[in-house]
Amino acid sequence: MNGKRPSISVPWVLVHLLLIAVSIVVIVPLLYLVISAFKTEQGFLEHTFLPLGEGALGIDWSQLTTKQLGRLFSSEIGIGRALVNSIFLSATTAMLATFICALAGYASAALDFKGKRAFEWLVLAALIIPPPLLIAPSYQWLHTLGLLDSYTGLILPAVAPAFGVFLFRQATLQSVPKSILEAARIDGLGEFGIFLVIALPMLRPMVGAFLIITFLAMWNNFIGPQIVLQSAEKQPLSVVIYQTQTAYYSDYGLLMAGTLVSILPVAALFLFLQRDFIAGLSSGAVKG
Amino acid sequence: MTAVELNNVWKIYAGDVAAVKDVNLSIQPGEFVVLVGPSGCGKSTTLRMIAGLESISKGEISIGNRVVNDVAPKDRDIAMVFQNYALYPHMTVEKNIAFSLKISGMPKDDINKRVQNVSEVLGLHELLKRKPGALSGGQRQRVALGRAIARDPKVFLFDEPLSNLDAKLRIAMRTEMKSLHQRLATTTVYVTHDQEEAMTLGSRLVVMNAGQIQQVGTPIDIYNYPNNRFVAGFVGSPAMNFIEGKLRVKAGETHFSRNGLDIFTGSVSYLPDTESDAVIGVRPQSIMLVQKETPGAIAATVDQVEPLGDQMDIKVRIHDDTVIIARVPLQSGVDTGLQIHIAFDAEKVHFFENSKVGARLNRRS
Repeated sequence: MNGKRPSISVPWVLVHLLLIAVSIVVIVPLLYLVISAFKTEQGFLEHTFLPLGEGALGIDWSQLTTKQLGRLFSSEIGIGRALVNSIFLSATTAMLATFICALAGYASAALDFKGKRAFEWLVLAALIIPPPLLIAPSYQWLHTLGLLDSYTGLILPAVAPAFGVFLFRQATLQSVPKSILEAARIDGLGEFGIFLVIALPMLRPMVGAFLIITFLAMWNNFIGPQIVLQSAEKQPLSVVIYQTQTAYYSDYGLLMAGTLVSILPVAALFLFLQRDFIAGLSSGAVKG
Repeated sequence: MTAVELNNVWKIYAGDVAAVKDVNLSIQPGEFVVLVGPSGCGKSTTLRMIAGLESISKGEISIGNRVVNDVAPKDRDIAMVFQNYALYPHMTVEKNIAFSLKISGMPKDDINKRVQNVSEVLGLHELLKRKPGALSGGQRQRVALGRAIARDPKVFLFDEPLSNLDAKLRIAMRTEMKSLHQRLATTTVYVTHDQEEAMTLGSRLVVMNAGQIQQVGTPIDIYNYPNNRFVAGFVGSPAMNFIEGKLRVKAGETHFSRNGLDIFTGSVSYLPDTESDAVIGVRPQSIMLVQKETPGAIAATVDQVEPLGDQMDIKVRIHDDTVIIARVPLQSGVDTGLQIHIAFDAEKVHFFENSKVGARLNRRS
C-alpha cells in the first residue's frame, strides 16, 4: 500500500456499487435468519424483520425470545446430540478425506509406481460421474458389507473423493518442487516421512481449504444420513432440523433457530481456517 | 577422502532414448571435477546417477570402492546442492542445516556444535532463525551449501548451484566455493553449462556432449589441446573460429587454404604429412593485427566492433565473406568499415578433421 487515496472514477463507483449489492444479497438472509431464530412463531408470521414497537431503538424487544433455542436443546427435539453427531461425522470425514486425498494426490504427482497412468485415469473418470448415480450402488455395497445404520457406512464412501485426489495432485505439482523431495531423500527421510514432514506442510493452504470443503460437504449432507442411518439417535443436524417439520405444519421459528445452531460451528471453522482457505483456492493464480 | 568411479555407465529412458552413453570416469579422492556441456548433454543425469536419484541402466558406479548401483541416496554418504537451492521453506535456516543430522540420530549437542561451525564458516549466524523465504538468492545458496557441509559427506555433488544468481554474486560465490574446497578437500563433482565457471573451479573438466564424454583433462589442457571440434568450440570465450579448407603438410611446412586464398602458412608441431580437407581452428585471442607485408597476412574488412574495456572483439570478413572474430587491444584503433590485415599465431592454431566428429589433427606426441 502506498497510502494514496484511490481516485474516484466511474469504474470505481460501479465496482463499489456492485460490491455493496452483493454484500446486501449475502448479509440480508443471514440477518433474517438470526432475527427469526429469536422470534415467537406468531412474531415470525407478523414481522418480516425486527418487531417494531415502543422499546429502545423503536423495537419491541419483548417479542424476542430464546424459547425456540431452548426447545431445540430440550428432550423434545434433542438437537444437542445431533450437533455432537454432526461434529463427529464432519470432523472425522474432513480429517480422513484430507489426509487420504493429500496422500494419494501427492503419490500421483511425485512418485513413480506401476499402474500410475491407470490410477490417474481412474481418478479423472470418477470425477465425471454424477454423485446421485452412485446412491443405489453404494447402498447395495453398504448393505453387503453390513455397514448400514453405522457412521462407518456414512464416512467410508466419503474419505477418498476423486475431486480431492485431483486437487492435491495439482497442488503438489505446483507447490512442491521435485528437488526438495530429492533433497529430503538424500537427507535420509523415507517416502512416508517425506510426505509427512516435507510435502504436507508445503501443501498447507490446500489442506486448510480442503478441510473446510469436506467438513461442509458432510455437515450439509442430507440425503446420505437419511439413506444410511436408521436409528434416530445417530441422525445428524441436517436431518434432525428437517424432522422438526411435519407434512401439515412448519414451525418456522424453530426451523430458523435450528439453522442458526447449525451454521455456527461452520462459521467458526471458516474463521479459523479462512487464510488457508483463500490461499488454497487462489493458489496458482499468482506466480510465486 | 573418497574416490568415485564410473564404469561403462549408461542411462536409457523409455523409448530407447540414451541420455548417457558408456561413460567411464575415474575421480580421484579430494578432486574437484566439473562436468560441463550444453543443455541436454547428460551431465546432470550423470550427477543424479552418482547421487542415486536416477537409476543406472547399465554399468557400475562406485563411491569409495563400494558399488552403489543399488544403494539408496541416503546411504551413499553424499550431499547435494541443487540449482534452485531446494531448501525446506517451512523450516528455519538452522533447522534446514540440522535436518539430515537429526534424521541420522545425532545427539542434539553435537548437532548444535555442527550447525555453529557451519554457520561460522559460511557467515550464516545472523540468518539462523530466518526462513528461506526471507533470504536473498545468495543467502539461500549459502544455506544450501551449509546444509551440504553439515553432513560432512564423502562426496559433494553440485547441480548448477550458481545458475540462479546474478553475474556479480556468481563470481563471488565461485571464489568462496573454491576456497571452501581447498579447506575441506572433499571429493566434489560439479555440474555446469557455464564453461567459464568450469574453467575457474575445476581441477579437472569433463566435457560432455550428446550423452558422451568428449574430453577429460585440466582446464588448461582442454583449452590448449581440445580433442575435437566440439570441445574446441565449447570451451573458450568468444568461441573459437573454424574455417573449412584444404590442408597440406609436407616436411613440417603447413599450408591451409580456402577457395584459393592462403589462410595459414607456417610450421605446426605434431602434424603428420597430409593433403586433405580439414578445418582450421583459431581462438579470437590468437589472431593478431599485422602489416600488409607480413608473411601470412590476410586482408579483412571490419564489420562490427565490441569494446570490452582494454580490449575489443572485432568481427571481420575475409575475401569469400567468411566471418572471423578477433580480440584485439582497444588502442589498435580498429573501427567499423576499416580494411585491416590479420594473421594467426602459429603456436596456437588447431587443425581438425572435416568430419562429423572433427577429431584433432595436431595431437600432442
